[in-house]
Amino acid sequence: MPDAATLKARIEAAIPGARAEVDDWTGGGDHFRATVVADAFAGLSRIQQHRLVYEIFGDEIGGPIHALSLTTLAP
Amino acid sequence: MTDQHENSIRQAIAEAISENEVILFMKGSPEAPACGFSARTVGILQSLDTRFAAVDVLPDPRIRQELSALSNWPTIPQLFVGGELVGGCDIVTEMYETGELAELLGAEQQQTPAEPEVADAGVLQIENRLG
Repeated sequence: MPDAATLKARIEAAIPGARAEVDDWTGGGDHFRATVVADAFAGLSRIQQHRLVYEIFGDEIGGPIHALSLTTLAP
Repeated sequence: MTDQHENSIRQAIAEAISENEVILFMKGSPEAPACGFSARTVGILQSLDTRFAAVDVLPDPRIRQELSALSNWPTIPQLFVGGELVGGCDIVTEMYETGELAELLGAEQQQTPAEPEVADAGVLQIENRLG
């Protein structure tokens, strides 16, 4: 089962310079909420920013990670 | 199932997106959303008095698979305006709060005929809704 700390570590590892805050939204280990701040988001649309994060998890989104609610920001 | 059938689902999805100015792929129906994220997105569209088509992805798992393959977006709901993916619940909510969504939908609605045609997309059950 994924946990918030693992998701945070994976996001920060995959996007250079990213800082992520991840909560387990429901406490059930499948609905997460993340705020990600990364230089890599500069100049990208929200769609493109969210795709960068979703791509880290691939098929896990909709599988073991039922939901990952995102807020993305360029610093 | 055969590749051909999956391609026909993808084709039906692509046609639905191109034929409906505002279309929401969701879990459940606008009257009975089956997921909190879908419910919130419907509520936002209705609060803006947006006319939108809705497609329930739940009756056949291939609808969701083909939609995500087409849109390169993993989650449901997915809102399309003018043939372009706007986003899911998070982005729609954020754009609603900043006023960008009303601006986008207002611009689209001015270009939309008062009575858009109801798409006949075969395998998809599409409902046209006035919020």
